[in-house]
Amino acid sequence: MEHTSFGDQRNATFSLTEEDHTLANALRFTLNQDPRVMFCGYSIPHPSEARVNIRVQTTGDPAREVLKDACQDLMQMCQHVRSTFDNAVADFKKGSSRE
Amino acid sequence: MSSSDSDSDTSMKEAQDKGFVSALDLPDVPSQKLPPHLELRKTRVLCNADAPVNTDTIQYSGAYASMGVDNSLRLDHFSNNFRVEVTRLTEEEMEFDMVGINPAIANAFRRILLAELPTMAIEKVLIANNTSVIRDEILAHRLGLIPIKADPRLFDYLSENDKPSEKNTIVFKLHVACERRGPRIAVKSDELKWLPNGSELHKASEGSNPNAKVETYTSFTRSQDSLPEFSSNPVTVYPDIIVSKLGPGQEIELEAHAVKGVGKTHAKWSPVATSWYRMLPEVVLNEEIKGKKAEILKQKCPVGVFDIEDLADGTKRAKVARPRACTLCRECVRDGEEWEKRISLRRVKDHFIFTIESTGALPPEVLFTEAVKILEDKCERVISDLS
Repeated sequence: MEHTSFGDQRNATFSLTEEDHTLANALRFTLNQDPRVMFCGYSIPHPSEARVNIRVQTTGDPAREVLKDACQDLMQMCQHVRSTFDNAVADFKKGSSRE
Repeated sequence: MSSSDSDSDTSMKEAQDKGFVSALDLPDVPSQKLPPHLELRKTRVLCNADAPVNTDTIQYSGAYASMGVDNSLRLDHFSNNFRVEVTRLTEEEMEFDMVGINPAIANAFRRILLAELPTMAIEKVLIANNTSVIRDEILAHRLGLIPIKADPRLFDYLSENDKPSEKNTIVFKLHVACERRGPRIAVKSDELKWLPNGSELHKASEGSNPNAKVETYTSFTRSQDSLPEFSSNPVTVYPDIIVSKLGPGQEIELEAHAVKGVGKTHAKWSPVATSWYRMLPEVVLNEEIKGKKAEILKQKCPVGVFDIEDLADGTKRAKVARPRACTLCRECVRDGEEWEKRISLRRVKDHFIFTIESTGALPPEVLFTEAVKILEDKCERVISDLS
């Protein structure tokens, strides 16, 4: 991954290889929900190259830290989704076996 | 204070009925709650007769800052509101409701299910004899698409320099011949026989040394059915898929090697037949629809969303009985403006009815948890790259 930052730490573009809309769009969502983010967006420079560029501009914090926090948030959300889902499936199986 | 709050609430409701809210009606102190018309915009897609509106999701954290409402991501808030309800679950298919999640993440799960969860699929076919009408390459392609019932988590990827071994390859044999004087036969996928000891075809030896050990196309160090995972549970393929048809005297003899892969590379590795979600439909009657109009409304809907209830005074009134069945055909709001005014068709933006159709390698509920794990792994990779 490249981390290109011109001059200051607040604005940066991160180039993730072997990733596509799947991760980039989810990250864009979590980044947008962070009050420290002034602007964020992503683009796929070329469709036949497995790469996304994620642009992050913050109000003051280093963009790298903000992106890291966004990943952390997304991960925690995933963990919560997984545990909730597993519980729901277990409940459903219990319910249907009783019938 | 509370009385003035409820005053402003009712005046706002009146204003909303008129279709707008004046800034003068808004409370002076931010109430941490959006006015109803904005709440509607934020949480619902309005499916009008001409086009859907408010289709975007408001993501920016400061979108409602001027109203004193925080739109940023709060994990505790997410955890409290997120819920999952399973509505249907069989070995191959499941449907569940996922409530309180953003489409960006729901879509990530769907995309991972389709393209990034590994399965086993036939990748290499060694054809010893094929006199059927189906040509070799087409036969090989057809074999590739047959779902294999083997847990992909028990296998490794076969990389370019690897030799095919019991850890990364499943070998099947198919040998069918049609009798010379018999009727034509159909070759079904269950004719594929698992070879737990690996390939049985011998490689052509380079030298003419008769004492050299004969090499096959795989190098298994041990038989797969001696492994605990497979001893009680042999590898099979989805039965009853017609691979080819054979006329009298025709024969197919081949060996098929299945390896691990992902749907991104080729759709044959996709673990789902398909997987999709739709937003929960919400059908609201803006006014009471009675008598003949109620009958017309019930007739209009091709999927039977509406029902008629008999009131005590003998009149008939339309009610929304099965909103989930709504396919958004908008037939009910098609006949002129008066119908558009009577009925509001909406979709709830954060309520997803998620369906997974598995091809059989793994049950659908396992597929979903695996998909979530893959998204977690992706995040972890980015975090470790950043630190």
